[in-house]
Formats: sequence, C-alpha cells, structure tokens
Amino acid sequence: MAGAQAVKPVLELKGRMMTLTVLRLLDPSVEVLARELDRRVQEAPDFFRFLPVILDVEAVADSDLYLDLAGLSGLLQARQFVPVGIRGGGEDWREAAAAAGLAVFPADRDSAGGESRRRQTGDESGPKAVATEAGMIVTQPVRSGQQIYARGGDLVVMSAVSPGAEVLADGHIHIYGSLGGRALAGVRGDTGARIFCRSFRAELVSINGTYSVSEQFEDALRGKAVQIALDGDSLDIRAL
Amino acid sequence: MAKIVVVTSGKGGVGKTTTSAAIGAGLAKAGHRTVLVDFDVGLRNLDLIMGCERRVVYDFINVIHEEASLNQALIRDKRVDNLFILAASQTRDKDALTEEGVERVLTELSKDFDYIICDSPAGIERGALLAMYYADEAIIVTNPEVSSVRDSDRVLGILASKTRRAANGDPPVREQLLLTRYSPQRVQKGEMLSVEDVKEILAIDLLGVIPESQAVLNASNAGVPVILEEDSDAGQAYQDSVARFLGEDRPHRFLQLEKKGLFGRLFGG
Repeated sequence: MAGAQAVKPVLELKGRMMTLTVLRLLDPSVEVLARELDRRVQEAPDFFRFLPVILDVEAVADSDLYLDLAGLSGLLQARQFVPVGIRGGGEDWREAAAAAGLAVFPADRDSAGGESRRRQTGDESGPKAVATEAGMIVTQPVRSGQQIYARGGDLVVMSAVSPGAEVLADGHIHIYGSLGGRALAGVRGDTGARIFCRSFRAELVSINGTYSVSEQFEDALRGKAVQIALDGDSLDIRAL
Repeated sequence: MAKIVVVTSGKGGVGKTTTSAAIGAGLAKAGHRTVLVDFDVGLRNLDLIMGCERRVVYDFINVIHEEASLNQALIRDKRVDNLFILAASQTRDKDALTEEGVERVLTELSKDFDYIICDSPAGIERGALLAMYYADEAIIVTNPEVSSVRDSDRVLGILASKTRRAANGDPPVREQLLLTRYSPQRVQKGEMLSVEDVKEILAIDLLGVIPESQAVLNASNAGVPVILEEDSDAGQAYQDSVARFLGEDRPHRFLQLEKKGLFGRLFGG
C-alpha cells in the first residue's frame, strides 16, 4: 500500500533566537589575547567551559589579525570555548572566517547588547542544581572549593554558601542560608543585579565587577540579613 | 554486601586513624565482621594504633599488585573477634594505588565482611580521593577549630560530587560528623568552636563528640583501640558513637564542663 509509506520528516529548519556571548577583540596581537584568555579562564574555568562565542572583530578590523583567525579559533577551542562565528570586519575577514569554518554575523546593531535572560545550568562539580525558567535553584550546601554559576539568570541557594565557596550569576543571587564565601552577581554586565542573603559573613561580594572584601564590611552587618546593590561605582550593603 | 565506610577529614592530625580503629573495633565487638583498610600508603599508622605492626607481612599494595592474596595480607586482631586489618605499605607512595586495584580489593572484601572501614590519608589528593570514591557512608572527623572545619567542608563537597555514588547518580554518600578533641572548658573560654557552631557550618548529622582525653594518647602508644578502654571518657564516647552509627538513639555526653571538685576550685579560673 502506497499510503503506508507516509514520509516522516528527518530534518526541520527553524528560526530561533539564542543568546550568544560576544568576545570583543580589542588587541590585534594573538599573544596578548592568548595571555588574557588564559588569565580569565584560570579565574573561572567553569564559566567558560563549552561557551559558544562570537568574535567581534570591529575594533581590530583594520589590523592583519584576520591572517591568524584560524589559529585564534583553535586557541579558543583549546581553552574549551566553542567559537561559532565572527562579527564585523571587511572582505578579508569574511574570507578568513569561511576558511576557518566560522560563520559571519552582521555587525552589531545595538551596541548596548540588551541583556537577555536565557537560562543554563552551571558547574557539574557543584551540588545538584535545578535550572528552571525562573533561574537556577541549588538545594544542597555550596561547600568550600565549589563554584556554582547561573548563566543567563538568577541563582537561588536554599542552603549555606561556605567560606571558600563561590557563587556567580548573570542576574540576582539569593542565599537563604548564611553567605560565608564569595558571591558575584551581574557578572556579565547587569548593573541592576543584587545579592540577598539571610546571614552576611561573606569573604567577597561583587556586582558587575565592582567588589568589596570582608575587611571593608561594617561590623554591624556581620551575621545580619542584607541586600547588596550597585550604587554608582561602589557597593551599597544594607540590612534588610 | 559490605557497607564501605570512609573515615576522612581533609586536615591531618585530627584523629582519623584513632577513629577508624575505634569505630572498627566497636563494630566488630557488636558482632559485625569488620575490616580496617589503611589508605595512607607511605605513612602507615593504622597497624601501630591497632598494635599489630609486628605482624605485617603483606600489605594493601601487595594485594593490589597481586603479589599476595587477601587472605595472606589480612591480619586478624587478637583482642576482638571479627576484626581484621589490611595494612598500608610503608615503602611505596600513593601512586601505587590504582582505581581498578582498589575496586577489586574492596569488591573481594565485600563478599566476606559486613563493614569495610577505609582510613583515609589527609589531604584531597589521590590517596584520599580513592579512599572515599567507593564509600557508602562517610565519617567526617573534625576538630573544633576553623581550619579543620573548613577542610571538612571541602571534603564534604568532594564526597557529594566525586564518588562512585555521585558518578552513578545513586543516593548520596551518608555523611556524619564526628567532633574530636573537644574540650568544653576551652569552648567556654572562647578558644574553640562549640558543637553548635560546627554543626551550623557543616550542616550534617552529628555522630558523636569525643572529648580531648589523655586516654587517647595512652591507648595509641599502647597499640590499643581507645574504644576498648571502657572506663575512659573517650572510650565511652566512641561506644556511644558506634551505637548511634548502628541506629541506636543515645544522648550526647561530655559536652558540658564537669563540676569542679576541690582541686578545680583551688586551681581553676
């Protein structure tokens, strides 16, 4: 019977909006870039693992870095990035991208790059975490030496963050136990991100790169429930 | 199938080997076939604490490298029935421990024993990681001071992520805290963390509190597991801990400052 041979589709092409990290190259020297990448990766290895990136070459478009594009791509892969394409640059760059197996994306339209909120899970070596549409929820204690990163959203820790542990999020961080380690919110540029905790004993807190260490905290806030927000170029830590 | 219990801490010198010996002897006395395995290759101590150092012919590494059979290497304790010791090698280092070798030995031991107590070396390197990898239960030995507590916290994180149970997605390793060298007097003076402090930081069940005691040192020097010193405070505290480990509900003792006698009143603060 001919009808039994109903064709089952094996492929579908669909348009989807995805958030991708853009790596802006600001120096035309491969060595300088490699050194800086190593430094960043060392700081937060799990942050970058298998992170798809687009290379924004606008700032170095006039240099001859495009000759090294394939090498640069390999260098990123060796550090466990997944380079998917380039953005910006002229004909030379487009040719080099094609030769290196990279896609070419149209140049930036809104340079502010409105922070989108896609959620992904974090570090596999950390406690079990559930990533939901609303962010990431961690129910186990985050212990010394562990690192949890909520990429693209908020992080909620139901238990304590021990001294020597580190939690990071692109959005807010809520900690319902005591915060004894480090908490870094808004790590990819969200200046509106905040940190909330029930008992404040942190070693370091940071919002969008502006940080403060325990030596600088007011004694009166120690052990208290606090919220931390960015106020200009300093942190505003106040009791809840 | 045996239960595999790792005695671990991160920090050195907190009482892991003393605890392994005491808990092992306690379980054996309660009628369970128990074997103590010393994972501290290169710095073997368990045989000293157990008083069998002069009877070690073959060790754990010999068995792993199939230079001796388990039966040849297992040392039977002379005081307690059902208790056996598998000594570490003094002449090798931790690289001599292989994952497959350890698994094979533990699997073989599992057939004959109810409990396998793995005495972990300090640190979080190979020896310690292998000692905890196959564990079903963990006893975290901690002294009431900040560096010990932090190291224990680190070890708890590793137990939750780098064990066979974690790798297979099985129920997690059961973790219990044993607070050792506890001195209520020093806690009162603010020189030591209290039981409550440590419990709050580590957030795991409390198996027992072992008081700081001369009996521990005496027993170690004599090569006797301190739990067999039944009149000593530390021995009794270990007995309580073993009973709790086996599911009994016992109140914690030795947490309060003892009432001072005449001597204490004359010389105490």
